[in-house]
Amino acid sequence: MQELHNMSLQGLALAIKNRTVSARETSEHFLARAKAHASLKPALNPLQTADHLTPATTSCGAFVSFNEEFTLNLADQSDQRISKGQARSLEGVPIAHKDIFVTRDFPTTAGSKMLEGYCSPFDATVVSLLQQEGMINLGKLNCDEFAMGSSNENSAWGPVKNPWDVSRVAGGSSGGSAAAVALRLCPAATGTDTGGSIRQPASFCGVTGIKPTYGRASRYGMIAYASSLDQAGPMAQSAEDCALLLSAMCGPDLDRDSTSLDVPKEDFSRHLNDSIQGLRIGLPKEFFSDGLHADVRTCIDLALDEFKALGAQLVPIELPKTELSIPVYYILAPAEASSNLSRFDGVKFGFRAKAYKDLDDLYRKTRTEGFGEEVKKRIMIGTYVLSHGYYDAYYLQAQKIRRMISNDFQEAFKTCDVIAGPVTPQVAWKLGEQINDPVANYLADIFTLPASLAGLPAMSIPCGFGASSMPVGLQMIGNYFQESKLLNAAHQFQLSTDWHKKALRGTT
Amino acid sequence: MPLTSQEIQKIASLAKLDLSSGQEEKMLQQINAFFEIVEQIKSVDTSSIAPLSHPLATVQEVSLRLRDDQVSETNQRELNQKSAPKLGKGLFLVPKVIES
Repeated sequence: MQELHNMSLQGLALAIKNRTVSARETSEHFLARAKAHASLKPALNPLQTADHLTPATTSCGAFVSFNEEFTLNLADQSDQRISKGQARSLEGVPIAHKDIFVTRDFPTTAGSKMLEGYCSPFDATVVSLLQQEGMINLGKLNCDEFAMGSSNENSAWGPVKNPWDVSRVAGGSSGGSAAAVALRLCPAATGTDTGGSIRQPASFCGVTGIKPTYGRASRYGMIAYASSLDQAGPMAQSAEDCALLLSAMCGPDLDRDSTSLDVPKEDFSRHLNDSIQGLRIGLPKEFFSDGLHADVRTCIDLALDEFKALGAQLVPIELPKTELSIPVYYILAPAEASSNLSRFDGVKFGFRAKAYKDLDDLYRKTRTEGFGEEVKKRIMIGTYVLSHGYYDAYYLQAQKIRRMISNDFQEAFKTCDVIAGPVTPQVAWKLGEQINDPVANYLADIFTLPASLAGLPAMSIPCGFGASSMPVGLQMIGNYFQESKLLNAAHQFQLSTDWHKKALRGTT
Repeated sequence: MPLTSQEIQKIASLAKLDLSSGQEEKMLQQINAFFEIVEQIKSVDTSSIAPLSHPLATVQEVSLRLRDDQVSETNQRELNQKSAPKLGKGLFLVPKVIES
């Protein structure tokens, strides 16, 4: 039998259902792998009863918490269901969650000291939905603090290192999710994407990830960064696996998320095997400009040739406001963040400073000591652009340009069915390389921000290796509610290429 | 027009953050570098464009819903207070704000 950690979700679910392997053995297998790549501090794990873990020096720092007793208990329940013939669609298949989703049975920190040891009284909707399909929660995954960052160096629990080269970043903010899937520490993971936080780390680590149309996955229990942009999505080894997960994760949650769309659940796997003969793939000229590194460009061009060979047509398109998406995003997201993060005041939950003289001092000291540097900077930017006298010039103007960016996409979709291009201008950079140059970091988000601002579904699929043999991802953007078309194209690509199967040494 | 250190301190105060002088300098430099790339938005003609607050509003009517004001959860006071930094008699404790 194929190693458990290299099996598809469907294969794994079938093996468990047929009792070739038990759900418990499966969870134990993945837990053992995952523990070697933890970034754990004992204090972080009030629920951890047994062995506190010391991160190994070879650890990529992908996991931040486990609750082994809970995980194995869930797995046992899956085995019981199977023996009674009550298996659900993904019964016994493990999944790990980005530490931005609140969970009742694991601490949730959002990568911040502000939430050290925090335990939520409830599970995020996305977490519950996956559990309702029989999936087993394996643990929580490292991320940039409050999902703010593109390198995963902003986590209070240390960076996630890129499994392909541990001197490089894993990308962010869902860096732990991408690294964990790349290392086959879990068969699948959840991530969240505000400005590229699923696609960029997926690209950097050589895994597949998708964000759905804004509003399709519930934001209930997802710690808010920028509410008009945040979307949950799956990260896994293939488009086929992502389709299964996304089908489980999406659906209306009308009473709990005011921006949840009243759109029925959908089976995103149903078009996977359709032919893509005649599919019109739009290539935005702005995505192939001078800023794109040659090694990445080569991989993208080869991937596009492959699509042509599969019968797709390549159509030149324009997204003229692409460059403006950087200032627009970095005004709107911090503005929303400054409001969302005002709840962290040291009163009802989470961290509180030790010494303070009055209530105002309690707020200030708690926030000053609890938040990391990047988070503080974004709160400052957000506070400024929303403040009296600057609101119209910055926030309102950015919201107007946001509409122009969205309109540009609608114009482009008149001549194409999906849009393709690079996820990032370059492969994963070295740890520490851009930490003191945040503007450079922001500029690197140029190709993921437009789809985020427009709320469009978008994904990253592995399409080769660039400089220093680092993975490169192909970005595909669909029109609203066209997730199944995106996944169809991605799946057909993955049937005729094996980039998504190129595994790290030691994982085969 | 770069921000001054006075302005940075005012923003920090609004955001309930304290900045030491070293942090202030770094913050000032980074925020000003950021606003250099922001300036380009000012020259975009948006006179006939309405702001977009919900991304799907470009293609459909979007109105923010309110749910019915009905009790949907049971009382879980203990669970909800589990992660509180300071409690007393089932209440969240903060420094005294009203003089007795």
